[in-house]
Amino acid sequence: MSDLRELYQEVILDHNKSPHNFRELPDADHHAEGDNPLCGDVVTVYVGLDGDTIREVTFQGSGCAISQASASMMTDAVRGKTLEEARKLSLEFRNLLTERGEEPVDPATLGKLAVFTGVKEYPMRVKCATLAWHTLAAALDHGDRGGAERAGGAKKVTVTTEE
Amino acid sequence: MTVSAKAKQATAAFDPETVRADFPALHQEVNGRPLVYLDNAATTQKPRAVIDAVERFYTRDCSNIHRGVHTLAERATATYERARATVARFLGAGDDAEVVFTRGTTEAINLVARSFVRPRLSAGDEVVVTWMEHHANIVPWQIVCGEVGATVEPVPIDERGVLDLDAFDAALSERTRMVAVGHISNALGTVNPVREIVERAHGFGDGIPVLVDGAQAAAHRPIDVAALGCDFYAFSGHKVFGPSGIGVLWGDPRHLAEMPPMLGGGDMIRTVSFEGTTYADPPNRFEAGTPNIEGAAGLAAALDYLSALDRRAVAAHEHALLEHASDALGALPGVRLIGTAPEREAIVSFTVEGIHPHDVGTILDGRGVAVRAGHHCAQPVMKRFGVPATARASFALYNTHAEVEALVAAVRHAQEMFGV
Repeated sequence: MSDLRELYQEVILDHNKSPHNFRELPDADHHAEGDNPLCGDVVTVYVGLDGDTIREVTFQGSGCAISQASASMMTDAVRGKTLEEARKLSLEFRNLLTERGEEPVDPATLGKLAVFTGVKEYPMRVKCATLAWHTLAAALDHGDRGGAERAGGAKKVTVTTEE
Repeated sequence: MTVSAKAKQATAAFDPETVRADFPALHQEVNGRPLVYLDNAATTQKPRAVIDAVERFYTRDCSNIHRGVHTLAERATATYERARATVARFLGAGDDAEVVFTRGTTEAINLVARSFVRPRLSAGDEVVVTWMEHHANIVPWQIVCGEVGATVEPVPIDERGVLDLDAFDAALSERTRMVAVGHISNALGTVNPVREIVERAHGFGDGIPVLVDGAQAAAHRPIDVAALGCDFYAFSGHKVFGPSGIGVLWGDPRHLAEMPPMLGGGDMIRTVSFEGTTYADPPNRFEAGTPNIEGAAGLAAALDYLSALDRRAVAAHEHALLEHASDALGALPGVRLIGTAPEREAIVSFTVEGIHPHDVGTILDGRGVAVRAGHHCAQPVMKRFGVPATARASFALYNTHAEVEALVAAVRHAQEMFGV
């Protein structure tokens, strides 16, 4: 196992201590709740849309430093992205940590999110880092279900990650 | 530290260094540091005598039991039945036939739920448990209760993690068919007043039977089922220095005699025909199929190993470790002990302000210190104390005061790392 500093990088600890966009989004178009029953980590992700573009993403929840920092940095990373771009990023982030996908993901393409590369060395903790991203994907997929539900406002989806 | 000095003085009679050499797994480095194994409530390490007993079975005596007249079959049968006798002695049982081998505590409790309680359970009946039970002493009761419209009634605990005996009395009713209680809480370390509980349950109406989940107790204190007066006692081999996959249900022979089998198959029958089958007497009635023979051999070796030690001195040593860890961790700013019952054993559960228990666990592991982080299969306990999870250090006879110091230093390191 590598140095713990690889896992708990300064930027991760900072986001854990002072998470960005940690609040409910009252006018969210969609939201989803995610939890890891084995850890007790819980996260709710709120998405506000402007057409096909993500206007704002916020989250609330509790859990370990990895899960909280991951959620915090995710909200920064996907703001301003189109739905398609956000979905692609979500998949790439998860593929980076689980080493799934057709081709290995180059951490450099993920920008600041590359700090989570070290989590790969701690298989029990991968699900902590991917929880928020699974939850975001659930929220976005829900948004795909059509105008009727969109008109009904935010819906609730429970995600269980089993990486 | 005065507490530590006092504790060391009190335990001069038992020196853990005399047993550490017997446990091969303790002598390794983890992440570049000597392993400090403090996850004994999850599973204990195994002494050489246990490993040898399992190996002896496979290298010399490997055969099936209770059938076959050849030499190896006789040896295997003798090994298995001798193991049963060893367990009976360990528990103070009146007869070897009161000892049923199971896969572990979980299966033992399920067997009682299915074969003893379920036949006498009707809609509106109740099974009384405590708020501090392990899921293994909750879910089996929920399953059988759910089948008939009965309910599981949890008895509350106070802010120290002590069972409320008045509430226990109040929970008993003419609809209570069973009381199931842990001897020692795996999440809090609370030692429950089992004898008192048994007296109260037996004294209610015609008497309510009591099962004791002894998974956390067997490694730490001598068990005497006759003195406890309980109806059933369950424990797991792997938590008492034996192999995984072997455990014990001790049952009052009157109850065992009337219980139907849970599993059907070979070795649990008297005669089989397509017109009808008759079952063997206990304990074989409850041991369908080829059992974990090598596990029984290993368990017997573990119990022999433990019984050869001065158990009173060992208990005093473990108690001193607990006191040392509780005082030293409790003195750290931001550390909250979860479970502060006056009667506790071998377990210290704690949270560190600003650091999630899983991060505590990972950082401690980086320093070679193995603790458990999570809800410890006791989610109602976590809810009671308003925490999602705790870090838990749990001790065994081979742990040392130096290891307690290593634990405390690692927690301080985690606090520095997180800047809390």
